[in-house]
Amino acid sequence: MAKIIINREKCKGCLLCVSFCPKSLIVADKDLNRRGLNPAKTKDSSGCTGCSMCAIICPECCIEVYK
Amino acid sequence: MKKIFSRPESLRDVPTHYCPGCGHGIAHRLLAQAVDDLGIREKVIGVAPVGCAVVAYDYWNFDCCEAAHGRALAVATAIKRVRPENIVFTYQGDGDLAAIGTNETIHTANRGENLTVIFINNAIYGMTGGQMAPTTLLGQKTATSPRGRNADSEGYPLKISELLAQLPAVKYIERVSLHSPQEVLKAQRAIKQAFQNQIENKGFSLVEILSPCPTYWGMSPDQAVEWVKETMSKEFPLGRIK
Repeated sequence: MAKIIINREKCKGCLLCVSFCPKSLIVADKDLNRRGLNPAKTKDSSGCTGCSMCAIICPECCIEVYK
Repeated sequence: MKKIFSRPESLRDVPTHYCPGCGHGIAHRLLAQAVDDLGIREKVIGVAPVGCAVVAYDYWNFDCCEAAHGRALAVATAIKRVRPENIVFTYQGDGDLAAIGTNETIHTANRGENLTVIFINNAIYGMTGGQMAPTTLLGQKTATSPRGRNADSEGYPLKISELLAQLPAVKYIERVSLHSPQEVLKAQRAIKQAFQNQIENKGFSLVEILSPCPTYWGMSPDQAVEWVKETMSKEFPLGRIK
C-alpha cells in the first residue's frame, strides 16, 4: 500500500513522471493550475508500489511518496 | 503510512524559475540531498555561477556566494583557503565553466584545490537564448549555429572532464546524466562522493552532469531526456573518468 501526493500548484507540467511511472498511474490533468499549466495527477493510486521513480525524476520536487 | 520521499531540508520550499523539464531542478535537489545526508548544512558554502542557475542561492538553504561570470572557482579557492574548515563547492554550467571560465577551471584543477565542482552540461547557453556553447554537439542547431555546428569553423565539442583528468592534482572526475530515474540515482552517488572527497581532504573533485534543456533544444521534456540518452551520452560517455 503506497501513494503519492503531487503539489499541483508547484507542478510545471513537464510530465516526466508520466513517462517514467512503471505502472502508468500518472496522467496530465485537464484542469489548469494557477500558473495556467496542466499539472500531473494520479489516475489511480491503487497500483502504486511506492517505487519513487516519479519523485526522483521530478525537477520541481513536488511529489511526496508515502508507503 | 510513512513518508519515504520528500524535499530535502537544504532545498528551500520555493518555486524555481527554471523551464518545465529542465535538469537544474533535479541537480539542485541532488546537491541538497547530499548536503543533508553528510550533515554538512552548517559548514557548506556554495558558489553560484552566471547562467541559468545564477539565482541558485535563492533555492538552497545554506550559505552561498555569487561569482562573476566564469570566476566561481577563483572565488571558491579564496573561500576555501581562508576558511579551510568549511566545505566549498561551485555549481557551474557549460557556458560558465567551459567557456568564459576555462582558464580558472584548468588552473584551479591543476593546483589541486580541495573543492567540489558540480558541472551542468546541457550543450547550449540557456540563459542568453540558446546560443552555441563549447559543448554543443556537431550538427546541433542553436541560435548561433542555425545550420548545425560545423567542425571546420567552430571546432569540436569541448570535453572538459577528459582534459582535466590528465592533470595529476585532480582526484576525482565522474560524468553522470539525468535522463532516467536510474541515472539520477547514480548522479546522487557521484555528488555525495565528490563532497566526501573534500571532507577527507583528498583534493579536486568534479561531477559533470548531462542535463536536458527542452526549451532551447526545441523539444518536449520527453524528447529532451531521450536525446540525452541516445545522442548526447554517445558524445560524452558516462562513467568514472578519474
